[in-house]
Amino acid sequence: MAKVLVVTSGKGGVGKTTTTAALGAALAQSGQNVVVIDFDVGLRNLDLVMGAERRVVFDFINVVQGDAKLSQALIRDKRCETLSILPASQTRDKDALTAEGVAQVIDELREKFDWIICDSPAGIERGAQMAMYHADVAVVVTNPEVSSVRDSDRIIGMLDSTTEKAKNGEKVEKHLLMTRYDPSRAAKGEMLNTEDVLEILSIPLLGIVPESEEVLRASNVGSPVTLSNPESAPARAYFDAARRLQGEKLEIQIPIERKGLLDWLFKKRVA
Amino acid sequence: MTDQTTSADLDPAPARAPMRIRARGRSFLALVLSPEAPLDAWLEGLDNQIARSVGFFAGRPVILDLGLVAQDAEGLEGLQTALKERSIHMIGIEGADRSWPALAAWDWPASLEGGRASGAVEFPEAEGEAPAPVEAAPQRAESLIIDRAIRSGQSIMHLDGDVVVIGSVASGAELVAGGSIHIYGALRGRAIAGVGGQPNARIFAARMQAELLAIDGFYMIAEEMDAEIHDQPAQALLSEDRVTVTKLP
Repeated sequence: MAKVLVVTSGKGGVGKTTTTAALGAALAQSGQNVVVIDFDVGLRNLDLVMGAERRVVFDFINVVQGDAKLSQALIRDKRCETLSILPASQTRDKDALTAEGVAQVIDELREKFDWIICDSPAGIERGAQMAMYHADVAVVVTNPEVSSVRDSDRIIGMLDSTTEKAKNGEKVEKHLLMTRYDPSRAAKGEMLNTEDVLEILSIPLLGIVPESEEVLRASNVGSPVTLSNPESAPARAYFDAARRLQGEKLEIQIPIERKGLLDWLFKKRVA
Repeated sequence: MTDQTTSADLDPAPARAPMRIRARGRSFLALVLSPEAPLDAWLEGLDNQIARSVGFFAGRPVILDLGLVAQDAEGLEGLQTALKERSIHMIGIEGADRSWPALAAWDWPASLEGGRASGAVEFPEAEGEAPAPVEAAPQRAESLIIDRAIRSGQSIMHLDGDVVVIGSVASGAELVAGGSIHIYGALRGRAIAGVGGQPNARIFAARMQAELLAIDGFYMIAEEMDAEIHDQPAQALLSEDRVTVTKLP
């Protein structure tokens, strides 16, 4: 049974697109059929992070408006054949998405894929609403800082009231994914700690992704971090999150970079 | 605010000279579609054409000629809806009568006069040597010259002539021209030339890094482009229904 998952946050720059790509690639590597959809019409980025920008011909808007078939717009990942991307349009805006059109596309995708991962734009306006409307599962991406937490709280409220599930009296399954977590700053008390965030948002924790240069490197080479460097700390956090999404019970831990003695010495000298 | 009244509201309206209305002429080439029975097979053929030349009907006025269809043809009631679903913008209906029972539910556009027949319009991908005679009497096409960079997300449409850009076209920007496209800068976005049937249109760029190149409905994506041409002065043209990119001398 296909699941529609929305990656959302309210606030911008917290790591929605990185998370969409990394979770999508992690689920796809476990043999699931996955499609990632960019709902950020007008400011698309997912194609870049997935390394598909040189292969875009038709996009989500073309499909929604009936100018192209879904099969023409889907781009299959070259590194992982169970992973596909449906890119957004850069030359249009969010008004080009119609509720009926989006519903039709999602219905069609449900027949072909196990996971449909919707990368929500920042904000709480039309684009974000469209991205979450059909969701069965939501991953709320939050940074350990007050503004991000408050925006996430707002988004959780919307997930409980404006989605299709909410309108049918059902609940969207919600998970918190803490990203850009810096263990050394957390130790010094410079960041909100996880317990506080969980207490405020009161939704279950899906994982903690540490702040890492690896994430930046991955998006610059156009690859989800779970494909480009599966051994890195953020990739391991995303793999664990993907397993939890599939129902496995795993203890939450904060992965740290595995460093040799030489790395440690080198770091010391540079600093 | 509501209780304030300006003197103009109190005074009787001053007598004014009647406003002169200006009108300008503009001609469009309307396509005449003549469905034939059986209509479902005809619609299937139409879908195939649309699939091969996406956007061909977008923004084009269409006149429906029902002269070849009997008034009791199967599926005639639903034909108008079927065409609307395919984004075909109908401006007139010919060869039929409003009294036909099958057409009772149809929206009947106001009738048009003064149309002049022109040659057959070929679909962009259609085979054949002769370029499609799109304009009955070719009009002087004007170039659109843009003296600035085109930013990501901007879309420039100029359907009746060339587009010249003095600057770069960013990734995520789009140029659409009826004629050729000339870019004196880097082309990093999409360039779509020869829209509406001009297979001879070309795309020139001082630095070719395009995301997508299309001429007369045929396209090529960045990935298919030769790495040697990347960031070089280059042109794209249509040769045997394929977009070909070559370095400029």
